[in-house]
Amino acid sequence: MSDSKRHTIAVLVDNEPGVLARVIGLFSGRGYNIESLTVAEVDAAARQSRITIVTSGTPMVIEQIKAQLDRLVPVHRVSDLTMVGPHVERELALIKVRGTGEKRVESLRIADIFRARAIDSTIDSFVFEMTGSPDKINAFIKLMEPLGLIEVSRTGVVAIARGSQPI
Amino acid sequence: MSTEPMSGAEIILKALVDQGVEVIFGYPGGAVLPIYDALFKQNALRHILVRQEGGAVHSAEGYARSTGKVGVVLVTSGPGATNAVTGLTDALMDSVPIVCLTGQVPTHLIGNDAFQEADTTGITRPCTKHNYLVKHVNDLARVLHEAFYVAKSGRPGPVVVDLPKDVQFATGPYTPPAEIQHRSYKPQTKADSRRIEQMVELMAKAKRPLFYCGGGVVNSGPEAAQRLTELVRLTGYPCTLTLMGLGAFPASDPLFLGMVGMHGTYEANLAMHDCDLMINVGARFDDRVTGKLAAFSPGSKKIHVDIDPSSINKNVRVDLAVVGDCSSVLADLLKAWKAKKPKVDERAIAQWWKQIDGWRKRNCLAYEKTDKVIKPQYALERLYALTRGRELFVTTEVGQHQMWAAQFLKFEKPNHWMTSGGLGTMGYGLPAAIGVQLAHPEALVVDVAGEASILMNIQEMSTAVQYRLPVKIFILNNQWMGMVRQWQELIHGGRYSESYTASLPDFVKLAEAFGAVGLRASQAGEVDDVIREMIKVDRPVIVDVCVDQTENCFPMIPSGAAHNEMLLGPADKAEKPTSEEGMVLV
Ligand SMILES: Cc1ncc(C[n+]2csc(CCOP(=O)(O)OP(=O)(O)O)c2C)c(N)n1
Ligand SMILES: [Mg+2]
Repeated sequence: MSDSKRHTIAVLVDNEPGVLARVIGLFSGRGYNIESLTVAEVDAAARQSRITIVTSGTPMVIEQIKAQLDRLVPVHRVSDLTMVGPHVERELALIKVRGTGEKRVESLRIADIFRARAIDSTIDSFVFEMTGSPDKINAFIKLMEPLGLIEVSRTGVVAIARGSQPI
Repeated sequence: MSTEPMSGAEIILKALVDQGVEVIFGYPGGAVLPIYDALFKQNALRHILVRQEGGAVHSAEGYARSTGKVGVVLVTSGPGATNAVTGLTDALMDSVPIVCLTGQVPTHLIGNDAFQEADTTGITRPCTKHNYLVKHVNDLARVLHEAFYVAKSGRPGPVVVDLPKDVQFATGPYTPPAEIQHRSYKPQTKADSRRIEQMVELMAKAKRPLFYCGGGVVNSGPEAAQRLTELVRLTGYPCTLTLMGLGAFPASDPLFLGMVGMHGTYEANLAMHDCDLMINVGARFDDRVTGKLAAFSPGSKKIHVDIDPSSINKNVRVDLAVVGDCSSVLADLLKAWKAKKPKVDERAIAQWWKQIDGWRKRNCLAYEKTDKVIKPQYALERLYALTRGRELFVTTEVGQHQMWAAQFLKFEKPNHWMTSGGLGTMGYGLPAAIGVQLAHPEALVVDVAGEASILMNIQEMSTAVQYRLPVKIFILNNQWMGMVRQWQELIHGGRYSESYTASLPDFVKLAEAFGAVGLRASQAGEVDDVIREMIKVDRPVIVDVCVDQTENCFPMIPSGAAHNEMLLGPADKAEKPTSEEGMVLV
């Protein structure tokens, strides 16, 4: 669909059993996209978790997604960060690369440029850790491919609005 | 505010009593035995033993929809819970407040594939408004009170509370229902006042306005229907209702255009198509109402009043969204309209009515009058005529008979018409009628049924007989799954694949076998007599009305067609074959 757009949505929920299944079931049951989804408790005292969902859809679908999320009983707040305004998005990736000789040196050099850190190393492999926008991580992974990319583990996007206000 | 410690089972019953529950529909089993034991020792709650758990949920729906109260169900774990799934889905689709208590295996066995274990919260997550698994007796009272709050507030719906057996045995504190302040669930009931003003403005300017109202008005309580009636009469604008909304506006009022939708009237559907302002109160632009979306009411501005924001702009983009409870919005609207006394465009409205009256003259519900066979429409006309002046509640099964009932029975008040609209569940009508009759012991309760549908929950006859509930099952027996046959005739080249029931029971004998009364009408001349007899008998009755096997239900907007492409009768079908696109739709 032509007017389909990527949106990053933050959802504050009660951290209770089944809440993630409710959210995921909503997306699969109604045929919405999930590009990525992350969840973790953010307020232990209030037992609240924050779910960050990256999805895409037409304006009408996005409006539906938000309304459908909002009417789930354990949901406190739904905030469409893409609509709210400037926000930052970050993702963490762990990337395993195997190689020796020039390729090994080259992978280290590129990691340096991307500010990826080697957090594990053997004589023929590295595990790099990097945070950044999904685009930056994609670019890094692409460059690692010819240098012996073995495995990737990514967290999915977490996001927060810029400025002093909470969602 | 905790009281003496009690067992979990006692806490459950106390919570129900404190929530004002009088009747529970249920069926026992191993995982709910402590609750049944506690039930045995008390008198405040009446338990109705159904014959299948599916029947329990539909009965609770009938009870809820005819009273406005929450319907309560109690079933065991595993198969008890899975049997309830259809009813829960039905209640979700039609926004019926239900609290369904399910037994569960003891907490330490959960996940072990224990005997009669099912992942009830997992299975019912998509077919409930919310569900809970109570793992500790200390949470029990709170969760139960919350369940009632969630079931009935906002857009009502079914809530499941899964109760492990050890929690029913454990001892814990009871907390009475305080004014619940749910941490996160607080639906908006009062609309933004600016929206009300905008609504008045749009309504005042309209030249071809139409009220299009639905089950939300009924769910909002009887005063919502009164307010709607007052408002419609004040404006003099035409009003149509959805299948779920019948009774929200008096059918006898000249401003009423009949039902809208796939089998709605010609005038209602053409008015939907041609209006310049659609005032949707508590309806949800269901595909059975809109027909082909691209051609849906192309020239109108649309206002949508709904308590559920997710219903707004879901299928149809609207120009003014008003989130709020119908009753509250209608009260505000009435006040604003009376205060403003807007000058409506009298000439345009008169012209609009002239156009509508022209459509009315088509007399779209006309059918062939004959005494050779019993036309199903005739049987319903007689049912209506011979029950006028009585407190009549009608439930239905699903199929042609359901649509004819919606067309030919007229409802003046809300909560008197109970049908499975959203899910279209065959087997709904009989158990629903049982629930209605329990709530209204003196009233006449009729399930308008098809011979195929009634067999889906026929076991509930036994329940009706046990509790002396004089429900009347009025079967329009055409020996076919008539609605399936109609689609096969119109859309699938007359290939009647598996829509004929070659071996039907003798319904008169069947009634007698259950200990009820069986009556039959085989000729038009017998219809009045059996209806009179049916009303007279103070026991459950099955009436087998042998109707024309080939009759089709018109008007009909085939799937994928627009409102102005309606089929008015058998002669119409050849000229308007169903589109390929429409064929894939249901
Ligand atoms: C549980 C269920 N299964 C299948 C259907 C599909 N269906 C819709 S109407 C219908 C036929 C109903 O036949 P009957 O009860 O005799 O009513 P009639 O249309 O003949 O009046 C069927 C099979 C359904 N609505 N519900
Ligand atoms: Mg039939």
